[in-house]
Amino acid sequence: MPSTTSNDHAGAAPMIEARDLHKAFGHTQVLQGVSLSLRRGEVVAVIGPSGSGKSTFLRCLNRLETIDRGHVAIGGEVLATTDAEGRCSYAPEAELRRICCKTGMVFQHFNLFPHLTVLQNVIEAPMVVQGVPRDAAIARAEALLAKVGLADKRNNYPARLSGGQKQRVAIARALAMEPEIMLFDEPTSALDPELTGEVLRTMRALAQEHMTMLVVTHEMGFAREVAHTAVFMDQGRIVESGPAAALFAQPRHERTQGFLRSML
Amino acid sequence: MDYVLSLLGPLAQGATVTLKLFVITLALAVPLGLVLALARTSRWRLLSGAVNGYIWLMRGTPLMLQMLFIYFALPFVPVIGVRLPDFPAAVVAFALNYAAYFAEIFRAGIQSVDRGQYEAARVLGMTYGQTMRRIVLPQMVRRVLPPMSNETITLVKDTSLIYVLALNDLLRAARGFVQRDFTTTPFIVAAAFYLLMTLVLTWGFQRLERRYAKHDE
Repeated sequence: MPSTTSNDHAGAAPMIEARDLHKAFGHTQVLQGVSLSLRRGEVVAVIGPSGSGKSTFLRCLNRLETIDRGHVAIGGEVLATTDAEGRCSYAPEAELRRICCKTGMVFQHFNLFPHLTVLQNVIEAPMVVQGVPRDAAIARAEALLAKVGLADKRNNYPARLSGGQKQRVAIARALAMEPEIMLFDEPTSALDPELTGEVLRTMRALAQEHMTMLVVTHEMGFAREVAHTAVFMDQGRIVESGPAAALFAQPRHERTQGFLRSML
Repeated sequence: MDYVLSLLGPLAQGATVTLKLFVITLALAVPLGLVLALARTSRWRLLSGAVNGYIWLMRGTPLMLQMLFIYFALPFVPVIGVRLPDFPAAVVAFALNYAAYFAEIFRAGIQSVDRGQYEAARVLGMTYGQTMRRIVLPQMVRRVLPPMSNETITLVKDTSLIYVLALNDLLRAARGFVQRDFTTTPFIVAAAFYLLMTLVLTWGFQRLERRYAKHDE
């Protein structure tokens, strides 16, 4: 397989390159050879039944989970790779932290810091990790909170926010680190149906700004309308992938058809 | 009444010994307990196992025995043997003992912080140190306040154990008067001193709890 990963031409390299990822929890094979690559500005939706390994796949891209075998590169820089003997090795810890900062992540359960206000949640990492001066961090945070429509909530604690508001703060918090890629792990699954719209609108706006996005979701409408590419996963494998419109209109694989029927 | 007033001065002197032991123990045991809790939760098995053994030892034997050991037996232990004066010996015993209890409280507090908090900090690029200092420990503090309040109140009263090293703390001073004057009134005055101290502590902890509860409103 020709390697497309080259640190000399980071601009030309895929934003995310995952090759042949394998991952087991105990005796359960969760990922059985998943490969995917994202171009700059591409929005990819990963769909599939629960337990299909789609969240695990996402979490392997920012080493929240470690892979057993395979190759992951982010923005042309190798996170983990496997040698000819099948030994998987990760980059040194400091490198990993730096490379993973190219990706921002939004969780199903928001994971906001409950002891910090909305504004503090957003300025925390830029100040602590990037060393951004307080004033600059606040300016950046205010712009982002305005963008997600929560400028007036800056001094509230997360406990006072609705689920949709929490998730929008979480998106602002991730964006404050100025990532090149955004990973979304079922961002609307913990929300009441009437609150998903505001989060999806925020994500749609992000996609229109050509943010590279990888979205694990059960929102078929969003996947069909916003994503360029849709990926259907089942039992730790990518069953089918292609242009989102085509995959939803004419799924080729029987299992994709069955899944889409059950979702509609 | 005049008798009671005449007791106040000498008993207040005893109370300063009690308070001194209390404050120094707290100042030493809290940071030590935190270090032990972090070691106990570390992934390094040997370290967490050693701390586990230490906690078992300190919680599993009486504080009075530990104090007597450090004062009387430690000087004869090879290599680490030192002869400590009575008050420092008491301070060392109290600090080592209470650090073990605090460590278990802190550990429970650290482990009660949701995994998602670590993950969020991690994907934002924070190191272990930054995650603990900025995210986990501030959340822990709030959860450990009620058990810490319990433990510090117990500490105020445990200080009376130092009578075995012939130190004149509040209770020993009171007992001296009881034996001299054939009246139990000094005990009641001493009780009032203890109650006052624990009242101040209770207030202090309530204030802290209110301050840390503000992000739930």
